[in-house]
Amino acid sequence: MALLEIRHVSRRFGDLKAVDDVCLSIEAGEFFTLVGPSGCGKTTLLRLIAGFEEPDTGELLLDGQTLAGVLPEQRPVHTVFQSYALFPHMTVAENIAFPLQMAGRSPDEIRHRLQDALDLVHLADKARQLPHQLSGGQKQRVALARGLINKPRLLLLDEPLAALDAKLREQITAELIALQREVGITFIFVTHSQQEALAVSHRIAVMNAGHIEQVDAPEQVYGYPRNRFVADFIGTVNLLPVEVREAGNDRLRLLVAGVGEIVSMPAAARTGERGAFAVRPEQLDIIADGERPRLDNQFKGTVQDHLYLGDVTIYKIALPNGAVLEAMRANAAPGRARFLERGEPVQVGWRRQAGVYLRD
Amino acid sequence: MTESQPSNRPRDPAQTRRAPLTRWLVSLPPTLFLLTFFLAPALLMVGASLQQPGDFGGLVPALENGRLTLSLDTYRFFFSDWIYAEIFLRSFLVAAATTLLCLLLAYPLAWLIARSHRRHRDLLVLLVLLPFASNFLIRIYAWIILLGPFDLLYTPWAVITGMVYVHLPFMILPLYTNLEQHDPALLEAAQDLGAGAATRFWRITLPLSLPGIWSGSALVFIPVLGMFAIPELLGGTRDILIGNLIKEQFLDNRDWPLGSTLSLLLTVGVLLLAGLAARAARPWRGGTA
Repeated sequence: MALLEIRHVSRRFGDLKAVDDVCLSIEAGEFFTLVGPSGCGKTTLLRLIAGFEEPDTGELLLDGQTLAGVLPEQRPVHTVFQSYALFPHMTVAENIAFPLQMAGRSPDEIRHRLQDALDLVHLADKARQLPHQLSGGQKQRVALARGLINKPRLLLLDEPLAALDAKLREQITAELIALQREVGITFIFVTHSQQEALAVSHRIAVMNAGHIEQVDAPEQVYGYPRNRFVADFIGTVNLLPVEVREAGNDRLRLLVAGVGEIVSMPAAARTGERGAFAVRPEQLDIIADGERPRLDNQFKGTVQDHLYLGDVTIYKIALPNGAVLEAMRANAAPGRARFLERGEPVQVGWRRQAGVYLRD
Repeated sequence: MTESQPSNRPRDPAQTRRAPLTRWLVSLPPTLFLLTFFLAPALLMVGASLQQPGDFGGLVPALENGRLTLSLDTYRFFFSDWIYAEIFLRSFLVAAATTLLCLLLAYPLAWLIARSHRRHRDLLVLLVLLPFASNFLIRIYAWIILLGPFDLLYTPWAVITGMVYVHLPFMILPLYTNLEQHDPALLEAAQDLGAGAATRFWRITLPLSLPGIWSGSALVFIPVLGMFAIPELLGGTRDILIGNLIKEQFLDNRDWPLGSTLSLLLTVGVLLLAGLAARAARPWRGGTA
């Protein structure tokens, strides 16, 4: 039995369908991520789980028990808020111990578990400080410890990294993964950052306009996006409009007008229909002009632009039909920003395993 | 221009760099005002309390016929008669009762205003301030008419009713200003972590509103101590307070030295209380305790 079962849940605010007929089931011990653009309904879904909202229709079940009419303070579900919402008049220790006091634990037990929690998030030396004396990262860890200390069945994390700078975010992301593994509590993590989602999750649900577009493991969502929205939202993708020439059992042949034919892995498609072919920049190879074809798909193009990012350089390659592909190349040799110049004729290619066909 | 500071420390507005001359120019008028109209009169009062009353009011000069006329007579007089201590004590009790009643009435009201829709808040605050639009004495006379039929007129209860009525807005406004700034996320967090409605109030809302409670209390307690019009109009002969006593010395008995002494002792009493309150409030105001 799933830990949390979300059955056809909808929630509207006036005319806005914030959450629209969502079904999900989340297993115990999972690190589950809800990702989507701002306003896609992921925060509303989180508030429905926490109990700050009740669904208009549908039902939520925790451990098989309905959550209808159960107040937030009665749910074994704790939240780490985006703003952290630390109590400013309480010390770090008092903040973290708060849920234990609410649960009526004995002073002895509170003392022990507080010490464990402080050690877990490396804040033992800050126990007597007030929140305003802490850095952003430290506040974040207090909020985490406070959410975890009473061992909720579910910990909800509402964009907990959004307020941190990039370097710290990376570090805390790693800590978060280790922490979840250590405590074994089910995490539901909400973010609009696809990178965070890919880095931390066992499974990702991509949300858009109140409904769920795809639920899968990170590499599945990234490698086999189900539709254009997912392909475009998760990572960078090149989308080429195509027409299906042959939908065989062992391969798919797709025609790109003005460029040529793509050979791809078999997929659900009907001969003659139109769709899009999605392929990631790092899956593209750039080959010197005139070299013999060695990839399944290889087309002529011209370097239109390049963008140096340090570890990699992004090249924009214009195809004969005017479409532009982004190709990423690792900068193996130091001290060089690029290996190709604007206007240089090249070939761009990829293996048939790379990229997916998306039906319209 | 401001100096760059570590990003994790909130910037203290007092630490922005400004030319010293600007700082002087800005702070000069209020400083002069306070020196002229607050410190100077206070010092004059200290002097007056040591002087002798003139035969027809006013003061005997400190140096008369080459003889120093200063003495501690008024202080000796004050401490020689219990009646003064009793009036002082009664005044502090009335002030405390008024403050407490104002707090109990104002808190729910301030909370409701702070929780009402943003569009309505300004209107509600305006309604709280509306009584100020009519004259203070007229409003007190109205209470004479209101309290008359209930046999309450000229009792301590009438005095406290009038005091609470007049000072209520001074409690509501600081409380409202405080409660309005509370981050609703804190209450959600407390609820999320298992706190019921009553616990949320006692553990989150009330402690966070203590600064508002302290400033509202000061704004009610201190003026009530010096108020003489309300006890005079609504109270009986036995309900006089320090304010009446002081007024009597200056206007009726023409004993300026005793009036000055009473004023000074009142000021000292208030400062002592304020000091104690500040000490009691410190742990709540984000100190290191």
